[in-house]
Amino acid sequence: MVASDLNIILPEILLALFSMAALLGAVYTSKDALARPLVWLTAAVLTLVAIWIALASPGGTGFDGMIVKDGFAQFAQVTILLSAAVVLIMGQDYMERTGLMKFEYPILITLASIGMMVMVSSGNLLTLYMGLELQSLSLYVVASLRRDNVKSTEAGLKYFVLGALSSGLLLYGISLTYGYTGTTDFAGVIAAAQDGEIPIGLLFGLVFMISGLAFKVSAAPFHMWTPDVYEGSPTPVTAFFATAPKVAAMGMFARVVHDAFGGVVGDWQQIVALLSVLSMFLGAVAAIGQRDIKRLMAYSSIAHMGYALMGLAAGTAGGVEAMLLYMAIYVVMNIGTFAFILSMSRDGVETTDIASLKQFSDKQPGKALALLVLMFSLAGIPPMLGFFAKLAVLQAAVDAGLVWLAVLGVIASVIGAFYYLRIVYFMYFGEAEDTVDGDMPAVQWVALSGAAIIMVIGIVNLFGLEGIAAAAAATLVN
Amino acid sequence: MDNLLSIVTFTPLIAALIMAVFLRGDDEAAQRNAKWLALAATTFTFVVSIFILTGFDPQNTGFQFVEEREWLLGLTYKMGVDGISVTFVLLTTFLMPLVIAACWDVTHRVKDYMIALLVLETLMIGVFCALDIILFYLFFEAGLIPMFLIIGIWGGANRIYASFKFFLYTLIGSVLMLVAMIAMYLDAGTTDIPTLLTHEFSYAPLNVLGINVLGGAQTLMWLAFFASFAVKMPMWPVHTWLPDAHVQAPTAGSVVLAAILLKMGGYGFLRFSLPMFPVGSEVMGPLVLWLSAIAIVYASLVAMMQDDMKKLIAYSSVAHMGFVTMGIFAANQQGVDGAIFQMISHGFISGALFLCVGVVYDRMHTREIDAYGGLVNRMPAYALIFMLFTMANVGLPGTSGFVGEFLTLMGVFQVNTWVALVACTGVIFSAGYALWLYRRVVFGDLIKESLRSITDLTTREKAIFAPLVAFTLLLGIYPSLLTDIIGPSVEALVENYDVATADLVLSHAVADAGH
Repeated sequence: MVASDLNIILPEILLALFSMAALLGAVYTSKDALARPLVWLTAAVLTLVAIWIALASPGGTGFDGMIVKDGFAQFAQVTILLSAAVVLIMGQDYMERTGLMKFEYPILITLASIGMMVMVSSGNLLTLYMGLELQSLSLYVVASLRRDNVKSTEAGLKYFVLGALSSGLLLYGISLTYGYTGTTDFAGVIAAAQDGEIPIGLLFGLVFMISGLAFKVSAAPFHMWTPDVYEGSPTPVTAFFATAPKVAAMGMFARVVHDAFGGVVGDWQQIVALLSVLSMFLGAVAAIGQRDIKRLMAYSSIAHMGYALMGLAAGTAGGVEAMLLYMAIYVVMNIGTFAFILSMSRDGVETTDIASLKQFSDKQPGKALALLVLMFSLAGIPPMLGFFAKLAVLQAAVDAGLVWLAVLGVIASVIGAFYYLRIVYFMYFGEAEDTVDGDMPAVQWVALSGAAIIMVIGIVNLFGLEGIAAAAAATLVN
Repeated sequence: MDNLLSIVTFTPLIAALIMAVFLRGDDEAAQRNAKWLALAATTFTFVVSIFILTGFDPQNTGFQFVEEREWLLGLTYKMGVDGISVTFVLLTTFLMPLVIAACWDVTHRVKDYMIALLVLETLMIGVFCALDIILFYLFFEAGLIPMFLIIGIWGGANRIYASFKFFLYTLIGSVLMLVAMIAMYLDAGTTDIPTLLTHEFSYAPLNVLGINVLGGAQTLMWLAFFASFAVKMPMWPVHTWLPDAHVQAPTAGSVVLAAILLKMGGYGFLRFSLPMFPVGSEVMGPLVLWLSAIAIVYASLVAMMQDDMKKLIAYSSVAHMGFVTMGIFAANQQGVDGAIFQMISHGFISGALFLCVGVVYDRMHTREIDAYGGLVNRMPAYALIFMLFTMANVGLPGTSGFVGEFLTLMGVFQVNTWVALVACTGVIFSAGYALWLYRRVVFGDLIKESLRSITDLTTREKAIFAPLVAFTLLLGIYPSLLTDIIGPSVEALVENYDVATADLVLSHAVADAGH
């Protein structure tokens, strides 16, 4: 029994052992000199674990249902691990340039990844909370990795205070749920919360939990921390925030609403739909005035979470499938875009001002073209893959009878298109002045162009992702 | 040749890829290579597209050259043409080599320009060939990207504003169409256009937000599609992006925009609105007729007051597109025939008129009408060609412009005499602005110092105009060349429409009898 339980969480255990060993090794030896090889090693380990989970992991339920390693969890875990690995390698050059290459960085990222893996595979509210805290505590630290910088420490502090608040909300919701159902097990909760009248206290618990989860996915109106944290954190850390934790938070969100409250879809559907609408519009409107590309990407991610939540709001297996596809495509787009942002510097000085992209296409046509593809993809313009991501969630929403949500979503997408176009405008139409250098290490160039190529080639068959996502969604919703 | 349509559609794209990957440098040799490669690719596309025409059977009203493949998200990659779309495919492939030749003098980022135009050609042909609604949407929307770049990079002084307006204006229309497409998919269970053409969408009256919607779901879907196509067309009052876009776009961009991109709106009406939502069309038809009549008169009057040549022609395009929408929603053989004829003929005429403006703009770098006058003294060949297309624009018998206007007016007259009457006055106004423009630019004494050394058409320019002149006259003198191809398909379309709406009248009658 114990052996089979441990077998199920073997990937997490191995990763934890790896991070401990790395920590010990780094502490007792030459410390930061080890950081660079450690980044590569960590990325390699994360990738290997991802491949292992994708191809050979046994799966199943362990620890009396506390851990559920179903297709959904595996899909989310692979996405999380791969994006974490890519972001680690991508940011290595930046970290060295700014003197932030500390050995704690890859270790904290590994610990956060373990937390995220637990989040998406938890079958119990307490397991979920443990995973969430492991992830959050690691991320609070990496956000303020640049200790001597006011903005970075501010980002870390803000993230910590608001994160603690949201954890509190979540915990309060969990305790209410426990009080009214007598269990924290998803299986127990779903048995108690079936169609018909559910106790008002349980409803309160549900609402509190959704509020806490909305904080984690940075859905409006719980988004306030996002722009500041994105702006203040070192760029590689921002790139990380924009990718893996978002997938984990959405995965956790889907788990809670479907696994624990799947019997009362009607009770949370409207809340999620409202979160979706607010996020889409806030993300679209608030980004228009931004001059800083990291803040812009923060609002962009809020809007994208709105679309992903649209899939979730459908409350069907098709909706979860659409959400998974959306997140996978979103992660690739963001990796490409952040690969570019990491390289933005003028005469060796880092810049995040979008005006510094003026006439970039003259200087670096290839990179400008790749970024153009990514911008149109983020805006959801066909034929880029970003359009199919939006199409999938719209289909799911209309299928579930949420036509109004779909209509509002497409209107928000038009507003949002404006600021993506503005980046294209700076690159292609603007007058040349003080343009960024555009030199980037090979790794970033590969990530940028790779993401752009995926956005175009992917429309042939989505790399078979559709079937995998459908199978993953089917394990969650039944 | 099972995949002739795919070959025609994707040849320009492949040429663009080759250019992007293999063509290096920005010196004169590279620029020349880019131009020649683009010209060769578009010409090849045109030659191949002739095989579509020769293999096409006009008597068969179904889709021909059909290709079908599985695709993602439950969609199919399906291409095919019928009598209506085949003419637009040919129009596109025919005009594109001329467009490439017309921008031979461009020196700013030539390679990128050629790539943008080639990609645009692929997307335009794709729109007319797509037989899957989402595939259609994909081509339809993606066309915005190269056009946005063409206006924004190679456009005039106020190009930024124009490019953003163009993009966002057309996008808002299209995304509503996307929602309707998804609703269609869920209702009919397929995205296949031939199947959807035979599917009957519900038209039981609906109550939406307290308003009783006649024609129900059909009317709502019709409205969503209308939002997209009316902007694209463009119809009054959502036409305001067009003059801006035209004025700021480079010559080639204006030609493509006027000659082909605007036709996507009309094509959309014919492919979706009329056959798929006949009841919706019947309910909303009178509104379209009146909007068209207003567009014709209003745009003609506005055109008269312009002092920018391109803006004038842009407004005249709005007026001419008014005839098209009017003809389509008259929904009878003459009206629809005339609308298609008008679209094809407008493709030649407006394209040629924008080229005419481009000719003098290249020499003088101004589009102000007041900057010209007396050009006939220095440019006799230009004066002749400009006159021919001015007359065609007015709708002089013997040119293709006449046939289209006459047929649409005849079609509308049978449906709504008052609209036909108002629209007829537009014909007179069009003579007003077009002839006045011609007089101010070409006639009079050559008093402007700057014009003394202006040169007449070069051989390249004459070669560009020659085929346009030929087709404008040919279609004017022998219209059956075109109506023979479109006739049977249009007849089937109108017949289905009549059957569908006859049911409607009948059901009303039954309901009345029941009361």
